[in-house]
Amino acid sequence: MMFSVHNLTKTFTVGFFRRKAVNAVNNVSFELDKGEIISLVGESGSGKTTTALMILRLIRPTSGEMFFEGKNILKLKTREERKKYWRQVHGIFQDPYAPFNPMYKVDRVLYQVFSLYDKQLDRKEKDEIVKESLNAVGLIPKDILGKYSHQLSGGQRQRIMVARCYMLKPKLILADEPVSMIDASTRAGVIELFMKLCNDLKTSVMFITHDLGLAYYTSNRILIMRKGEIVEEALAESLLEHPQHPYTKRLLNDVPLLCSKWKDF
Amino acid sequence: MPLVSAENVKAYYHTSAGSVKAVDGINLNVSRGEILGIVGESGCGKSTLASTLMMNVRPPLRLVEGKISVDKYELTSMKRKEIRSRVWGIIISLVPQSALNALIPITKTQDIIKDVLKHHLKNLRREEIKNLAKKRFQELDLPIEVLNMYPHELSGGMKQRAVIATSTILNPKLLIVDEPTSALDVSTQKIVLKMIVDLRRRGIIESVIFITHDIAILRQISDKITVMYAGKIVESSTTDEILENPIHPYAKGLINAVITPEREVKKRGLSYIPGQPPDLLTPPTGCRFCSRCELAKDLCQKQEPHLTEIRRDHFVACHFMQ
Repeated sequence: MMFSVHNLTKTFTVGFFRRKAVNAVNNVSFELDKGEIISLVGESGSGKTTTALMILRLIRPTSGEMFFEGKNILKLKTREERKKYWRQVHGIFQDPYAPFNPMYKVDRVLYQVFSLYDKQLDRKEKDEIVKESLNAVGLIPKDILGKYSHQLSGGQRQRIMVARCYMLKPKLILADEPVSMIDASTRAGVIELFMKLCNDLKTSVMFITHDLGLAYYTSNRILIMRKGEIVEEALAESLLEHPQHPYTKRLLNDVPLLCSKWKDF
Repeated sequence: MPLVSAENVKAYYHTSAGSVKAVDGINLNVSRGEILGIVGESGCGKSTLASTLMMNVRPPLRLVEGKISVDKYELTSMKRKEIRSRVWGIIISLVPQSALNALIPITKTQDIIKDVLKHHLKNLRREEIKNLAKKRFQELDLPIEVLNMYPHELSGGMKQRAVIATSTILNPKLLIVDEPTSALDVSTQKIVLKMIVDLRRRGIIESVIFITHDIAILRQISDKITVMYAGKIVESSTTDEILENPIHPYAKGLINAVITPEREVKKRGLSYIPGQPPDLLTPPTGCRFCSRCELAKDLCQKQEPHLTEIRRDHFVACHFMQ
């Protein structure tokens, strides 16, 4: 097993006078194989992004363990170790604006990746790699390099994030709502590109999304999350055909479909 | 006679850089009792069309040309003040895109309803207003406690329903809703959509213009679909006809880019429309979709295609329609 999570829990304490504990993520366990694509599906507030942040070690879990290639990733002490982990597990987030600092050119987001590289490259080698990866995600380097983030469209910005993945060639990508903020017409392009890239590089992917359509289209396996807990886990096909948990049934019943009309409407 | 008829409507944003042709020659009819869906990418002029149809045009947006009539009023020849007192809220109501955020944080739901009612019916007493609001909320299966709550106490879906109930309190004939569910979860979305259909079924409103980018929603609720691209209508027909026999390459592209959890969709695969919509400051002279279209020939760059009826009730604007 390449990646596994055991009883992951995150409790936030809220309130100033009356302290209250909120279990954002409660006893979540799952496993992920090499080259496998899974989706963590849940509505807003279900704790799916918190899970992603814990996996990326951006916040610390309250309890639980996570293993990546046999190593306990909560026990990574030094910055070097963590850097090595981030080189192998990479995140893409929802907002195509957020990773870009509007004061800098977009090149910076790409060149920053080199700080995660082990070996030092000279400027010329770096330029080559950046150009190659931009080409790989269907962007023309001269249209992108030297621009500021507001001069690019949401689709282009999200493609740049995919280009970063291409530069790093991570073993696992966590994609948290990667396409929910880009237009439907360009969304499909980004998804197809992403899938092709992961297939070529044999990368495992975990989509974190509210979109059952995206989950079903891209994933082998789907996990349904509700109020911090995973309520159902199944292969994509069987989840669609035979949902077990009432919550899954409700979700599938409430998603607007393209080929059929709601019966209870 | 249709409830809404718009003829050759042009509304431009006049900016220092020139005029942005956000709505450029739109002809549109909405029949009584119909739900019309308007779909298109962001920036294609859907929301501008919504403001223009109710003549809420304020600089930099200006109506350049065209005639809009709704019910017995010809809006384009009325003064803003007149429209405000006689049409808005009574004949047409608009629920704009971020209506959820329009609720005033220190005002209870019932006071917002009071504001709407007081504006139009001056000598209504406090008690009467309360009763009217209560009656309407009961009719729509909304909890009455909501009337006595502040916006922060309501969930997103409840806020949206409260906004829609408020805007239809005077039984307007036409309700225009702009992306009412894009910030909501699927189950909440369904509840809001149900409420809109319910309003029509109960005869509180007659027709609905539903603006969205999600075709799967329109499949569920609309009778007709109009596809907009770069300020123009490119295709328009009944919902089933558009979804089953789309003709314009843009309409086809939009439909094939939809992902829903369905076996048919997975089998069909995904396709997308390359490129970006044109800059509406200087739209291309010929067909506006031409730079992104795979069928495009020389003709498309030179001559603009007109919206023509190719079958009964099916209009397409493309040079290469079979």
